[in-house]
Amino acid sequence: MSDVFSMSLLEARDALAKGDVSSAELTAAHVKAAEDAQGALNCFTVIDPEHALGMAKASDARRAKGEAGALEGVPLVIKDLFAVKGVETTASSNILKGFRPEYESSVTQNLWDAGAVMVAKASMDEFAMGSSNETAATGPVVNPWRAKGSDEKLVPGGSSGGSVSALSAGIGYGATGTDTGGSIRQPAAFTGLVGVKPTYGRCSRWGVVAFASSLDHPGAFGKTVRDSALLTQTMAGHDPKDSTSYPGAVPDMLGACDKPVKGLRIGVPKEYRVDGMPGEIDALWAKGVEWLKAQGCEIVDISLPMTKYALPAYYIIAPAEASSNLARYDGMRYGLRVEGEDLIDTYEKTRAAGFGKEVQRRILIGTYVLSAGYYDAYYVKALKVRRRIYEDFQAAFEKVDAILTPTTPSAAFGIGSKSKADPIEMYLNDIFTVTANIAGIPAMSVPAGLDKAGLPLGLQVITRALNEETMFSVAAAIEDAAGFTAKPERWW
Amino acid sequence: MSVTEDDVRRIARLARIAEPKDRLTQLTGELNGILDWVEMLNEVDVEGAEPMTTPVISPLPMREDQVTDGEIPEKVLKNAPKAEEGFFVVPKSVE
Repeated sequence: MSDVFSMSLLEARDALAKGDVSSAELTAAHVKAAEDAQGALNCFTVIDPEHALGMAKASDARRAKGEAGALEGVPLVIKDLFAVKGVETTASSNILKGFRPEYESSVTQNLWDAGAVMVAKASMDEFAMGSSNETAATGPVVNPWRAKGSDEKLVPGGSSGGSVSALSAGIGYGATGTDTGGSIRQPAAFTGLVGVKPTYGRCSRWGVVAFASSLDHPGAFGKTVRDSALLTQTMAGHDPKDSTSYPGAVPDMLGACDKPVKGLRIGVPKEYRVDGMPGEIDALWAKGVEWLKAQGCEIVDISLPMTKYALPAYYIIAPAEASSNLARYDGMRYGLRVEGEDLIDTYEKTRAAGFGKEVQRRILIGTYVLSAGYYDAYYVKALKVRRRIYEDFQAAFEKVDAILTPTTPSAAFGIGSKSKADPIEMYLNDIFTVTANIAGIPAMSVPAGLDKAGLPLGLQVITRALNEETMFSVAAAIEDAAGFTAKPERWW
Repeated sequence: MSVTEDDVRRIARLARIAEPKDRLTQLTGELNGILDWVEMLNEVDVEGAEPMTTPVISPLPMREDQVTDGEIPEKVLKNAPKAEEGFFVVPKSVE
């Protein structure tokens, strides 16, 4: 058995199956690594060794009885947006401090049913609002990657920053995330990991703290495309508790990774080239096109003219939904309460104290665009533009089977380098990822190379709704050709 | 369209967030920056476009109208800031 922290999820699964190692041993090693890394990376909200080892021992007992599931004994990291029964779940917000759900999210339940073990809960941007994991109530999360010859602390991306910081540091063999505008794919690109946002409704939202319900997608992180495929297909499935859950069967995503891509038509949209984008991202994109061409794909130039309108439409729709969803935090039934002079004063003081600045900003924007007199001009208008963006993709998928783009317009940036500037500068990080949320179609990021400073960059594969199989086939083809094996040099 | 400090005060009231007194000027500027930016959407021809509220194509599923959960008051109250004898305790709201 190779070093436990360098194994992939599939390798760890096989080592457990062969009896080379027990889940208790593996989990103990990962909990220790989590504790050791927390001081430097600040990537966890909860590390509960007793809980983790309890799950691991139960897994070993199941295996002894011959009842091993698809992820039996495999340690995973869980984003703090997923309710885990009896374990503090805060969405990295002060307003939920101390909240211990009496129920389990459907996605994590699917993972536990398959035998997986939780190492720790991962930090995130507060209520998943952010692209740098600097808005967590517990402070910024640090990226294990650093630029060559520099000790500047970089962001891991966001909102699922804790998940990727942990996994790229070797902690856990996979992680859960959620993606509302790019919160899985952008952090995956910033840390050299694979990040998957499946079709809307593929993974249940039940028990996942809501941000913007029509845009929220639970998904997975893996060290490899195949790891992320197995995780995603295990998390997925119909759930009667989420009325938007897709009722059809879950495809064999892991099997799709072995399917040749010969003959697939790959679209390259000219609109995913923006001013100020580093030349090396453009060059990596061109390389990706060449890799797929060499494997027999047909490359087709396409146009998605609505691309630049996706982000402004998102910054109306997402805050509107968030202002409605977050109305539930009133200090009455759970979470923080700050007593005031009367009921309304209590609401106002509670929410002012419990929500951070970015969350308050988005609630205010959302309240404004939904208020009388502005509803049609902003909210309905944005929903109509959303339709146009969706139609853009529909037209493109008449001509192609998959679309290839860069995942982000830059590599990871320094902590604090954008937070003082205007909020739109941060929002632009999601310019290439947000379109797939608006349309609800599957998209994933695959690590494809390093920039001049030695920081990872990702390529994004987008396919039509419910066609995760083609997405995984193309992603695996890129992974094979890229041969990306770089790891952050250990300093933490 | 742009917002004034008075507007931001009114929006904060609607959102039940205590007036951000020390940040009012800055917040007004940030909201106006975002509102100016989304003006870009006016360039799009949306004539005849059906507003899209969800990417789900299938109609909402129907189920039998029956009780499937409940009788768990202690679990419901477990995370309450204040609870007594099976009830949430809230500030007085009726004079």
